[in-house]
Amino acid sequence: MLIGLAAAILILFNGRIAGISGIVAGVRLRAQEGWRLAFLAGLLLSPLLYRLYGGMPAAQTGAGAVALCVAGLLVGVGVRYGGGCTSGHGVCGLARRSVRSLAATVTFMAAGFVTVYCLRHGFAP
Amino acid sequence: MMRLLFSLMSGLLFGLGLIISGMSNPAKVLAFLDLAGNWDPSLALVMLGAIAVAAPAFWLARRRERSLLGEPFMLPVAHRIDRRLLLGSLAFGIGWGVAGFCPGPALVSLLAWQPKAWIFAASMLAGMALFALLESRRSPAAA
Repeated sequence: MLIGLAAAILILFNGRIAGISGIVAGVRLRAQEGWRLAFLAGLLLSPLLYRLYGGMPAAQTGAGAVALCVAGLLVGVGVRYGGGCTSGHGVCGLARRSVRSLAATVTFMAAGFVTVYCLRHGFAP
Repeated sequence: MMRLLFSLMSGLLFGLGLIISGMSNPAKVLAFLDLAGNWDPSLALVMLGAIAVAAPAFWLARRRERSLLGEPFMLPVAHRIDRRLLLGSLAFGIGWGVAGFCPGPALVSLLAWQPKAWIFAASMLAGMALFALLESRRSPAAA
């Protein structure tokens, strides 16, 4: 719900889509693009704000360094070719009922399901 | 100035939403993606909740000429579902399934001092740079 509220603020006040991958990729040191830096600053600072109220839940992942590198590369290249990630396609895209975003969301969700299945159950004895 | 303020606020709320909902925890994301295991469907509700709140805002945006701060609406115009979209999303989904991080949660986890998020985010930025490089080679004029 907070995520939706954040997306609502950005479109209603700034006229922009809250798509993280697009915002990151479009960062330039130009005054016109300052909103991107401001959004990212808020995103980066949010755990510090959260920590004022309670401990930050530790991020746990079993993935090792090599797997994280490969995964990061796939995500970085993938979201650019795909034109969006969970926020831009999954939340904003579906909220504006874009068929293109639906296709993207179904694709990356399905890929995620299959990948986790293969990693957790595929090679099990 | 107001533009930056609302942008900052949106980023803060977005990040808090990711943290509170558990999206920023890869273990929770992987539990959501693990249909065959001990499936945790709660993140689907998070996503539906976010969509339900954002949808009226987009509906309103389509009915206005300019945003509340007088900015033009920058809504995507692409409609084509092509190979780039599908293959890109496919690669993204695989990476997401391996690490449990997507771009937002990875960034949120940086200042929570999660070394794994730093490794992931660094290679994600490298991936984005690689895309920019490939694109600029494809059409030098557009770069």
